[in-house]
Amino acid sequence: MDLRYSDAEKKFRGELRAWLAEQVPAHGEPPAQDDWDARRAYDTGWQKKLYEAGYAGINWPAEYGGRDASLAEQLIYYEEIARANAPYVGVNFVGMLHGGPTLIAEGTPEQKERHVSRILRGEEVWCQGFSEPGAGSDLASLQCRAVRDGDEYVVSGHKIWTSFAQVADYCELLVRTDPEVRKHRGITWLICPMGLPGMEVRPLDTIMGESDFSEVFFEDVRIPVENRVGEENDGWRVTNVTLRFERGTAFASDMIHLQQFVRELVELARTITRHDANAWEDRALRQEVGHLSAELDALWAMVKLSVCEAIDTGVPGVGASAVKLFYTELYQRVCEVGQRILGRAGLAREDVAGLPSGKILHRTLQSLSLTIAAGTSQIQRNIISERILGLPKEPR
Amino acid sequence: MDFRLSEDQEALRDGIRSFCEGRIPVDSLKDFEGAGFERELWGELAEMGVFGLRLPESEGGVGLGHADAVLVFAELGRHLVPGPLIWSHLAAGLVDGAATGDAVVGGLDQIDPDGAPTLVEHLGSLDALLVLRPEGVFRVDPSAVVGKPVAVPLDPLTPVHHVESFPEGERIADADEAFALRRVGAALGAAFALGVCESTVELAVAYAREREQFDRPIGSFQALKHIMADMFVRQEAARAAAYAAGATLDHPEVGDVDRAVAAARICACEGAIKNARACIQVHGGMGYTWEVPAHYYLKRAYVLENGFGSAEAYASAVADSFDA
Repeated sequence: MDLRYSDAEKKFRGELRAWLAEQVPAHGEPPAQDDWDARRAYDTGWQKKLYEAGYAGINWPAEYGGRDASLAEQLIYYEEIARANAPYVGVNFVGMLHGGPTLIAEGTPEQKERHVSRILRGEEVWCQGFSEPGAGSDLASLQCRAVRDGDEYVVSGHKIWTSFAQVADYCELLVRTDPEVRKHRGITWLICPMGLPGMEVRPLDTIMGESDFSEVFFEDVRIPVENRVGEENDGWRVTNVTLRFERGTAFASDMIHLQQFVRELVELARTITRHDANAWEDRALRQEVGHLSAELDALWAMVKLSVCEAIDTGVPGVGASAVKLFYTELYQRVCEVGQRILGRAGLAREDVAGLPSGKILHRTLQSLSLTIAAGTSQIQRNIISERILGLPKEPR
Repeated sequence: MDFRLSEDQEALRDGIRSFCEGRIPVDSLKDFEGAGFERELWGELAEMGVFGLRLPESEGGVGLGHADAVLVFAELGRHLVPGPLIWSHLAAGLVDGAATGDAVVGGLDQIDPDGAPTLVEHLGSLDALLVLRPEGVFRVDPSAVVGKPVAVPLDPLTPVHHVESFPEGERIADADEAFALRRVGAALGAAFALGVCESTVELAVAYAREREQFDRPIGSFQALKHIMADMFVRQEAARAAAYAAGATLDHPEVGDVDRAVAAARICACEGAIKNARACIQVHGGMGYTWEVPAHYYLKRAYVLENGFGSAEAYASAVADSFDA
């Protein structure tokens, strides 16, 4: 139970910090949320710089061009990336956190050759075609149909919540190849090039009024059989490899960002006058911020503990569900404090009178997605209670 | 950096756990009602090294660190071991006989006097009373304390005296030591509370797997299993924070010691109270009876919540760290 970093780990931190101090300002300000082409260029450009400096794919195996860093170095990496306010993984999210790791684990040599290195270099952007209007938390009930026709699958169906669909090159697509067997058994994982004949992407507006994700429609779309990852009807197992990656360290940098956000809220409270004093002098607010910060410290300790304990099990395990549940609900509570500090200034979703209401409300509204995406809080509670605590399954 | 328990730490934890399981199983807790103390058990705990754990081997101790002590106190908490455990542990090296269990040492934290009545735990069993004041650590003779036992203490395993007055006592350590003892005391209180977080999860889960209503175990209903999932999350937050407090006390260069202790204290004590309440709720009507031990955990959690500073004080201290 030792939190001390070794000299080698300190050296890694020092070099990374120096590199970030130079590169982050040089990469410039991020483009507008709705300028998708510029966002792709900005995010993939940063990914390329990471790759050239040897920092891309920090947890990826070295034989696929990754850094293969120790878990301690990975935690240092996430801390430093956040502290330097480096660009977010952005449009590279699905490729770096789902698609790439899945291909490394389950892809054919040809599939790995074609995609893995390009994802790592920021040359290929992926999106995710998992959820459907009728298959959310019950993902395995998905109905997007694929019928084998010679050396192609013919796909028809409707996917939803697909982030980055506007700018993606490939989609990790789950399709039903056998409707006759139990639902988990008849699913297949396909690499679907975007823009094939019969595909249509329709952006969907979020509660922020931005098209952060899309619906994707498939009508007799022909996908080569060689694009299948894993065996036919074995897609559910392949998918669970990906989902485990998603719940591992995917949010590590965001947690450090959240600590910074709390510091920004304290700064903001100091500039706002309430009841003849600055808002930060308010005892109730100090108590609440102190309490939340203590929980944030506990959260980061929890990440360290779960990452280190995963050394024994190999992959980030179901314990990651507890981290995700705690983190996302804590995030929303921090945002609520931010809104209260803003008070009526928060009626504007743009900065008014020099107050950062635009940024705070953007975060607050966006935070509503956290307890829904990547397995709702309710699904995480099912996982914890059934797979960790061993409680009997709900009749399904 | 490796936050996992070492093999030695696992062995230490398992040793204390199996001792407690054999010596004070949950159905024996009622035997401690009233006295909240047993001399023979105290001697056995001393033999296990509970009190002299961090005392150097050259002074007759075990020579281990704060992280090790956190593991030990989490196990004591898991089994609700009664007695002034934390104070006697803190007194090792300061009061002769504390480490060996020959002297039973209790204490009172008066660093932040708050105007509340003075209630002293386990006074009737004490050979020495430590008082923490901003000026230092004072040793008071328990027989010189004027007060009377509270007939009905909140925790039946933690007797308390309502104290009117006591002599200033002998100053045995300086102000820095007083603050240091309080900080370690808070960390070990958090560790003890972590044990309560863990055992209440186990108790609730075991009951929910057995108890049937509507022809199936109540633990299969999401309305109940989600309560227990939240209990598990609180346990894990408390565990990580308490371990981090121990590791940071051992190696202050890895972080902010006061903040690490505050985080452990806030998360573990709040977790213990919430988990103990939830444990009663999962047990339904039986949870509300004296017969089912769930109430012991809640009552001890309140005792822990009121030791070595209040939750509000720790939250304020974390807020103050933004002004530094």
